Amino acid sequence: MMEALDIFTTASLWGAVLRIATPLIFGTLGALICERSGVLNLGIEGIMTLGAMVAWMTVYQGGDLWTGLAVAAFCGGMFGLLHAFLTVPLGLSQHVTGLGITLFASSLTYFVYRLSLPVSSSPPTIEPFQPLAIPGLSDIPFLGEALFSQTAPTYLAILAAAVTAWVLAKTPLGLAVRMTGENPHAVEAQGLNPIRIRIGAIVVGSALMAVGGAFLTTATFNSFFPTMVQGRGWVCIALVVFASWQPGKALLGALLFALFDAYQLRLQHVVEGGVPYQLFLMVPYVLSIVALIVMSRRARVPNALMAPYRRGER
Amino acid sequence: MTRPPVLELSGITKRFGDLVANDDISLSLNQGELLALLGENGAGKTTLMNILFGHYTADSGEVRAFGDVLPPGKPSAAIEAGIGMVHQHFTLAGNLSVLDNVMIGTEGLGLFTSARRPARRKLTELAERFGLQVDPEAMISDLSVGERQRVEILKALYRDARVLILDEPTAVLTRIEADKLFETLRTMTETGLSLIFISHKLHEVMAASSRVVILRGGKVVAERNTADTDRAELAELMVGRRVVRPRRQDQRAGDTVFSARNVSVTQGERTLLDDVSFEVRSGEILGIIGVSGNGQATLGKLTCGLAEATQGDLTFDGRTAKGFTPHDLVESAAGRIPEDRNTEGAIGEMAVWENSVLERISEPRFNRRGFVNRKACRDYSAELIRRFDIRGATPDTGTRLLSGGNMQKMILGRNLASTPKFIVANQPTRGLDEGAIAAVHTELLAAREAGAAILLISEDLDEVNALSDRIQAIVKGRLSAPVAASEADSRRIGLMMAGIWEGEDAA
Repeated sequence: MMEALDIFTTASLWGAVLRIATPLIFGTLGALICERSGVLNLGIEGIMTLGAMVAWMTVYQGGDLWTGLAVAAFCGGMFGLLHAFLTVPLGLSQHVTGLGITLFASSLTYFVYRLSLPVSSSPPTIEPFQPLAIPGLSDIPFLGEALFSQTAPTYLAILAAAVTAWVLAKTPLGLAVRMTGENPHAVEAQGLNPIRIRIGAIVVGSALMAVGGAFLTTATFNSFFPTMVQGRGWVCIALVVFASWQPGKALLGALLFALFDAYQLRLQHVVEGGVPYQLFLMVPYVLSIVALIVMSRRARVPNALMAPYRRGER
Repeated sequence: MTRPPVLELSGITKRFGDLVANDDISLSLNQGELLALLGENGAGKTTLMNILFGHYTADSGEVRAFGDVLPPGKPSAAIEAGIGMVHQHFTLAGNLSVLDNVMIGTEGLGLFTSARRPARRKLTELAERFGLQVDPEAMISDLSVGERQRVEILKALYRDARVLILDEPTAVLTRIEADKLFETLRTMTETGLSLIFISHKLHEVMAASSRVVILRGGKVVAERNTADTDRAELAELMVGRRVVRPRRQDQRAGDTVFSARNVSVTQGERTLLDDVSFEVRSGEILGIIGVSGNGQATLGKLTCGLAEATQGDLTFDGRTAKGFTPHDLVESAAGRIPEDRNTEGAIGEMAVWENSVLERISEPRFNRRGFVNRKACRDYSAELIRRFDIRGATPDTGTRLLSGGNMQKMILGRNLASTPKFIVANQPTRGLDEGAIAAVHTELLAAREAGAAILLISEDLDEVNALSDRIQAIVKGRLSAPVAASEADSRRIGLMMAGIWEGEDAA
């Protein structure tokens, strides 16, 4: 029992939390931005898979790691544009379109991957992002190892959360996005174009999702395999609800989920005797559902979420 | 010498499919004027104002503001030109603050931060200058309807509007709020603003406007200086014929059909109805008058089978119970005209014929061994359309496409066609225009003559006076003792509506 608690005092656990949380932070922020403008983007799972492959492929073909992330963001944005085109001007069902985008992006990803690397018994690897120790801070005992020896994209994820929070809360653009998610007619009546705002939000959000996926192949692992996103996209969708559509809480939620995940990994080694490891794998998901039930009762859903906007209609 | 008009619409035509919503409309607005745009529902008033503001693009014609032609279809251009619009359905975001709602669209989208402090100062100044007090940091969802409207007006003023268009501004307001609004509007014209307000209510047009333009069937049919006209003339111009609201003829009431004895309805801590008693007799109309929000909704639910009494009993059709199910009521020939026809009265997505038979689909005439007999349903619906003069409808028309008045006629027809014993009519003419009101009143009186017991819940004093045999007032969930219509003058009813009736019982 004590050993199970001792895990919390190891710096490696906390280091792992940030690492595991990074793709979730990007993905959750991306989904949150889309939803704040009033559009659910269930294409996230596919867009993350796509981002993972595209970034990896760019680096594998000789590109820089950062170029890899940029290409992933661009491709994610393009799939976002497709989702936006179908759901905003055409007003199609956001559920169906999103799931379609996920299927399309995932299959296309695998297709392109197989096409460029027809034979591979073990997946080829790249040289991933290395931990970037922040001078000074990383020398602090415990905290240094836990928080300040991460790879660069992890710091970027936290920065992205801060920027998203600032933009949404403090800038005219953020107000326009929030208002579009609440009542697009109000936006139009004040002379702005809610359709453009929605499309923009979806493109930016989808780009963030793809960067989240790219982190998996450029930092967590060093190779690509088609099933690697493993439902992280769906977790992000749940985290948005958990976070009550607030970027700060989204960061917190992603970290909490990552903590459960990192903990169960270590717990598997501590607990002895006959407990199937799948039970441990379930822990973060079960706890997430519990947390979701507790938190979402107070959640504040954007009023116009999933309501297509058509000019001149009420 | 007259100054040039601030706003000029010329030759505006707009078609939606086959429907000509605006047919070659021209009108102008002068500086400092309070112009009323009067017309029935569906006359094209809102379409015209939406073209003016750039929500719609006209098929032909042009809009000039302060002499310059406005580019069509661009609300931003209209705002730029100093035109503000207060929509009938408020365009506010409930989860955001007043200040957020006012500031949206006023700053460049590329800015790193939003200048909220000067904005708050400007808003507060405007609010004080025009007597439109509202807390800038309050959430819209916490505001009353009247306060929300103030925010809508402030939004336009904040953007330096010099012309303000108000689309049916009093539709959702109480009488007191409406009077206050018109007072504010008059102060605004004194400071040089020019206003257009859309309405179908004659009394407010007479009371508030300086000039009236009357629209009918998408055309301008007349224009009057308010001082040179009267209600009767305006009514006739608006409807196109003389409209006379019918009045009740004396008639002896029969046996009690529906009654409530000491009924209370509580929900958690809140008491929605408090020890109310009433009885409705065959061939009479019992009017329940009161300012909306005093328990009418609960009373409506209780009598429509959607709520049960916590204490006390209801008696109907020889049965006494805490409440009846909608099924019981339909079986016992009760007709129900719910308060909100769009959400409770009809299903907008379905055709008129489907809505016509909704309550009676299990009757043998409408189904054969579990299959809908479409022909019988359509025939029945066509019969309703003919008998109750439901305009613009065929059995296959989508119900959403009907105007409010015609939808209400469909609901009435569906209920009255089978000579019900008991009818609940909850705010039956809310939002309807003169022609439709007269039609609804005529039908209700005909049902009374045929022996129905009618419970009329309304906040319209004229309506209750014209139709009811007896009147009870509802205040904070309590009902006054009934007063015979012959003894009810408007002063007495006014006192009753203010909750002053105690002591009279003893007398």
